[in-house]
Amino acid sequence: MNVFHFFLQNHEQILELTLEHLWLVGISTLLAVMIGIPLGILSAHWPAWNKPVLGAANIIQTIPSLALFGFLLPVPWLGDRADRLAILALTLYALLPVIRNTYTGIRGVDPAVVEAGRGMGLTGSQLLFQVELPLALSVILSGVRVAVVVSVGLATIAAAIGAGGLGEFIFRGLAMVNNQLILAGAIPAAVLALSADFGLGWLERRLRPQ
Amino acid sequence: MERTPATSPVIEFREVAYALPNGEPLLQGLNLEVQRGETLVLLGRSGSGKTTTLKLINRLLTPGGGEVRVNGTPTAESDVIRLRRSIGYVIQDVGLFPHFTVERNIGLIPRIEGWNAERIHRRVEELLQMVGLEAQLASRYPHQLSGGQRQRVGVARALAADPAILLMDEPFGALDALTRDQLQREFLSLQQRLNKTVVFVTHDLREALRLASRIALMEAGKLVTVLPPEDFLRSSDPLAAAYVRAFGEGPASVVNRGAS
Repeated sequence: MNVFHFFLQNHEQILELTLEHLWLVGISTLLAVMIGIPLGILSAHWPAWNKPVLGAANIIQTIPSLALFGFLLPVPWLGDRADRLAILALTLYALLPVIRNTYTGIRGVDPAVVEAGRGMGLTGSQLLFQVELPLALSVILSGVRVAVVVSVGLATIAAAIGAGGLGEFIFRGLAMVNNQLILAGAIPAAVLALSADFGLGWLERRLRPQ
Repeated sequence: MERTPATSPVIEFREVAYALPNGEPLLQGLNLEVQRGETLVLLGRSGSGKTTTLKLINRLLTPGGGEVRVNGTPTAESDVIRLRRSIGYVIQDVGLFPHFTVERNIGLIPRIEGWNAERIHRRVEELLQMVGLEAQLASRYPHQLSGGQRQRVGVARALAADPAILLMDEPFGALDALTRDQLQREFLSLQQRLNKTVVFVTHDLREALRLASRIALMEAGKLVTVLPPEDFLRSSDPLAAAYVRAFGEGPASVVNRGAS
């Protein structure tokens, strides 16, 4: 039986695990964006925040993923359900690229534009929402793109703690020394990562200011 | 224009000092008055404190000592957003919003101030004509304009909400000689029509002589002297004389006699 047949026969389960995978990546990316963009703005506007925020995000990034999953397992509410835990861990990993690119994007706005905006009497939030964020958007989006691509890969490891996703196939395949099973997890994961990369890259180019 | 000495100055500096956070003083003991309708040119070399002086007026910087008054009110006591919206601000790098069309750039403050679309549109057309730009440029983006066009849009944007005061920080400094000459000429005729109170920063004596009602010469964070252009040329002040010498021959020919 070749891989193609295996995919056809198990398409329901592959689809189910792919959706699970998407759920893990989607929710964690959303959380990372909701937390990371404000933190990025904060560190871009108040230099005192810059080092601690980026430093913390950097440190999280250096923790091996399997170890992070393990660390979080005994945490009360979190450890009750594996997907909660996986989402938290993926969110933590996704933070760094989002924070760093938000910071870079905002700091990269032409100082003359910001000075003109302040000089003509824009309030801080008008400047942020009408000038800084729109001009930083493509840079922020490229951070999100990196976060998504990394998360798709990392989320396969979440299966190790029973959070589901395409990693199920991979771990099962590894245990059973079955290449078809491994590919059934790896191929859809690769396709997800590539299409996220392509889609977000396209959006990023469209939003890039002239 | 007749100037009545009895009227109070529009902008007033009283013993103003400003220092960097590290304590390095940029401005000391500055006393200066700007009268309604005049073009006061702050002349000096880089680091003399002229841009600092300008930014103290719209409170992009706050004085470390003394006070700055605009229309009689200390800027420290006024609402900074209202203050800035009542003062037009033009800088050398223009700082047009690259993601907005010319029309949105010019119409931003009116839009925030709640003008209706029709009124903004009419105002933008009027302003484009005023600064010598064709109406069809309204839909262009800043990167599609030449340097001179961009600075004209910058001036139009500063004038959008019809402020009585205009601050200009080397607005023509980055332009080629011909465009600069043309914009200076247009500035003079515009100023004769609009009669704004203008504070203009430059390091170029020719520009100062040409545009100024009065020239305020600055050096190392201090005001050296304030003189009308004709008197500046004859001044016995060593620094003013040095400027005139450095300028070379024929400076008298450009002196502004129209606006003062």
